[in-house]
Amino acid sequence: MIQLNAHHIWYLIMAAQWTVLLSLLAFAGGALVGLPIALMRVSPSHTLRIVAGGYIQLIQGTPLLILLFLTYFGLGILGYKLAPLVAAGLALTLYAAAFLGEIWRGCIEAVPRTQWEASDCLGLNRFQQYAYVILPQAFRMAIPPTVGFMVQIVKNTSLASVVGFVELARAGQIVNNSTFEPFIIFCIVAAIYFAMCYPLSLASRFLERRANAGRASH
Amino acid sequence: MQVAPATSAAVVQVTGVVKEFGTLRVLDGVSLDVARGQTVAIVGRSGSGKSTLLRCIAGLETIQAGRIEICGHEVGRPGKAARAQLRHDVGMVFQGYNLFPHLTVERNITLALTLVKKQAMDAARKKAAEVLGLVGLTDKISSYPEQLSGGQQQRVAIARSLALSPQVMLFDEVTSALDPELTAEVLAVMEDLATSGMTMITVTHEMGFARKVADQVVFMHRGKIWESGPTSELFARPQTAEFKQFISSEL
Repeated sequence: MIQLNAHHIWYLIMAAQWTVLLSLLAFAGGALVGLPIALMRVSPSHTLRIVAGGYIQLIQGTPLLILLFLTYFGLGILGYKLAPLVAAGLALTLYAAAFLGEIWRGCIEAVPRTQWEASDCLGLNRFQQYAYVILPQAFRMAIPPTVGFMVQIVKNTSLASVVGFVELARAGQIVNNSTFEPFIIFCIVAAIYFAMCYPLSLASRFLERRANAGRASH
Repeated sequence: MQVAPATSAAVVQVTGVVKEFGTLRVLDGVSLDVARGQTVAIVGRSGSGKSTLLRCIAGLETIQAGRIEICGHEVGRPGKAARAQLRHDVGMVFQGYNLFPHLTVERNITLALTLVKKQAMDAARKKAAEVLGLVGLTDKISSYPEQLSGGQQQRVAIARSLALSPQVMLFDEVTSALDPELTAEVLAVMEDLATSGMTMITVTHEMGFARKVADQVVFMHRGKIWESGPTSELFARPQTAEFKQFISSEL
């Protein structure tokens, strides 16, 4: 058995970089897919609304762990063997897209209907209404809940450890296997997660307060 | 302001319009002609259908029967070209101002000029300055809507609509959310506009304004035009008990 030392801590911090990378990947992918999902959910087309709504229901009703199994083991069986990072990134993208899509749909719908009418009366087409009037306002409202959801993403990247991707949680397990000091090690792991998530939580709360203050002074 | 030639050609022709929300019939066979350069005030109690009529004319509601024509173009025809024509002809001002809160006063006005009329930004800004001058708010060009009073916001909304040079302007209870002092400044702008020859249809609770500025008054009741005619005649000799009662309650 090896004594817990600075190298182990360093190893954990290095692994935390993979957690950050995976989080960014999930957020970028989730945003890229989530925005079309949100727009489909508020589309005048019945079919698009059904498709996007079905996607959200399906993903939100499935544990992220199962999504990870599907993208790593499931696709592997089908002949698409993905690297752990890619498989985890894909599963987290699918997951984040559903939640961000739903968050952003709410923000788009929170823009008063009268903004649609006013911009319609000025002759703006649907695309222009979205681009210049609706989305900029929805975007402001979306910042606090979106930052809040990033906390969920960061924490949920720990599930990627089950497909053998060495991020912070998996690194904790590896260190524990050689030192066998689970309490201390997982306390350190938890502390590192906290150090990543707490600033996001603070930012979310700050942004929310500022958004509310902005509306109150209206 | 440009003075439009006053001719008798109807700019707005509403014929037998029926509008239903579910089983509720809100407009029950409404017909109304508005000649170029005229100012028409639509009055009536809440729920009489007056705002709905205005929204139908603006193309914001679909109608179940009848026909609405503006400058010879039918409202509600399908297709982008028809929609664009309608927006070209009609300007609308709302009770809640509906300025874009994330844009400056100037950008509120130039947005449609650049996007819809495809004007260069320079020309659009010039136009914005010009119409803000008309409503007396040149100094607010760089402000955001939330920095303005309700009356100022409404005047910007009028300027925004005016910038697109519509053939007819629709005003939907534009002073209902304002206190008396701010109401006066908005009504003054509207009076200027009427005097300049703009064709206007205004849904209003301001009987004083209707008496003073409107050429024609339309009294709506239960989804129908109960009574209408030249302003002075109508107020001097109301024909129906409902209108008599309405006038006396408004005093």
